[in-house]
Amino acid sequence: MAVPSPSAAPQPSGILPPVAPRTLKDRVLRVTRRLGLTGRGGVILGPYAWLVLFFFIPFLIVLKISVAEPAVGIPPFTKLIEWVDGGLDVHVRFSGFQALFDDDLYLLAYLNSLKIAFVSTLCCLFIGYPMAYAIATAPEKRRGPLLMLIILPFWTSFLIRVYAWMSILKDEGLLNNLLLSLGIIHEPLKILYMDLAVYIGITYSYLPFMILPLYATLEKMDHTLLEAAADLGARPWKSFLTITLPLSLPGIVAGSLLVFIPAVGEFVIPSLLGGSDTLMIGRELWNLFFNSRDWPSASAVAIALLAFLVGPIMIFQHFQGRDQDKGAAR
Amino acid sequence: MKKSRLPMVLLGVGLAFLYLPIVLLVVYSFNDNRSLTVWTGASLRWYHELIEDGQMLEAAWLSLRIAFATACGAVVLGTVAGLMLARFGAFRGRALFAGMISAPLVMPEVIMGLALLLLFVSAEQLIGWPAGRGVLTIILAHITFTMSFVAVVIQSRLVSMDASLEEAAMDLGARPAKVFFVITLPIIAPAIVSGWLLAFTLSLDDLVITSFVSGPGSTTLPMIVFSSIRLGLKPEINALATIVVAVVATGIGLAGFLEARRARIREREESQAGKA
Repeated sequence: MAVPSPSAAPQPSGILPPVAPRTLKDRVLRVTRRLGLTGRGGVILGPYAWLVLFFFIPFLIVLKISVAEPAVGIPPFTKLIEWVDGGLDVHVRFSGFQALFDDDLYLLAYLNSLKIAFVSTLCCLFIGYPMAYAIATAPEKRRGPLLMLIILPFWTSFLIRVYAWMSILKDEGLLNNLLLSLGIIHEPLKILYMDLAVYIGITYSYLPFMILPLYATLEKMDHTLLEAAADLGARPWKSFLTITLPLSLPGIVAGSLLVFIPAVGEFVIPSLLGGSDTLMIGRELWNLFFNSRDWPSASAVAIALLAFLVGPIMIFQHFQGRDQDKGAAR
Repeated sequence: MKKSRLPMVLLGVGLAFLYLPIVLLVVYSFNDNRSLTVWTGASLRWYHELIEDGQMLEAAWLSLRIAFATACGAVVLGTVAGLMLARFGAFRGRALFAGMISAPLVMPEVIMGLALLLLFVSAEQLIGWPAGRGVLTIILAHITFTMSFVAVVIQSRLVSMDASLEEAAMDLGARPAKVFFVITLPIIAPAIVSGWLLAFTLSLDDLVITSFVSGPGSTTLPMIVFSSIRLGLKPEINALATIVVAVVATGIGLAGFLEARRARIREREESQAGKA
């Protein structure tokens, strides 16, 4: 049951006989309640107004500016609607979007971002699943500390963790030195400033986001099902594939989306670990905005990126919402 | 059923993957050599250079103040948002609200940064506020993306919490506000603390959104770190990283110690109550 609002249920009504409102205070309360100005409404208003103002409206503005004309000045774009000689003058142009199709750079950057994000997500899944499984099946006392170990790196700076990989992967870096001294390679491997370094960086940085939702579904699993399967003679691998894996599907989807969606728009990792030819759309958006100062085109890139991601984001919210609906159904 | 040891081995390998870079960073912060990869001797040279870097210290102080303000704002909005999702049932516009609160969890930062900057620029054109970009716009932007994380923490705590205490208080005639402050708030206090810390860390660490909405004179620590490591390795950053790791480890250790002590006390009390 939800917390009843004062307007919905004046609680003491069962105890005291209803009295017609006489005092001024009662009248004011009645009017405000009729207008929906209850305490509950006021509580809702705060976060709601904040999100509409700072999250929803900004996207409408991005949409608006993506069809504006770039101009020299501050801010560097023209107004969409102007009064000129007593008439409305509307400037709308789609050249920002046109450029996305005309210039191969952007299309390649989109495709490459999707590819890098997809492969990194798979890497996270393959590394993260056994880890989540091991924690979920560990003795109950050890689960908390193990989970803490997964979350801990997240509390140290993301930027610094990416930086750590720079010193590991560079030509005369720790990895190359190790491999050279072991005699496995005779020439340093070129990894830093290549796509491979970006894959490593994304997989490393986003791994905890994959493990946590996986752990949450695996931990809730009914282990008697596995015992039943074993009693009936199923090999461990078979019962894993037919029971554990399908039951953990919600965790797989949630974890994959938590990695995939932000990874598509990643900026820091490709610009620190990738080469100048590592095309990723987040980086192109940044360059358009900060280097070319072409705000309308940057907005067009953002809108197009968002269009790619709306589907995945909605699926993510569907899974996120299943937990929330438990709250709504109360 | 025999349990396979394979997942445990893989967990060990995975944890090594997670921690090795951090350990190397810490070890090499004490290296005397600039090359970072050749060990020539232990020294505190980079810590000296870090402390003498006035620009870096100033940026760190600014980042800490921004993170503090952000965490306080985000914890209030995020707690109310979590409460709305977990306890308010189906209020009008709930679907839109749920969408807006969970989208920042995955939204690429470049999009949010750009969107917020364009909002601030447009608002300045329309109503003259906020005048220019700086600390205020950074805090507003940080609250917007961190409150979602706080809301998730609070909401999951509330969903797993036993609601019968709240219901009992209401049956006894307590008003909703009183129920919240006297019953709910003390129970979810640990979640509120971790939400605050989460918002603080996220704000302290953010580079992309901050870069979009910051103005002249409001250069935060991640912005300085980014621009200096973009051109290559810098040993002072190792020293900085080590300090961050030390602070985090101390904090977590302290929290773990307090939690363990509390659990011990509770256990003792329960066993005594059982005897009596």
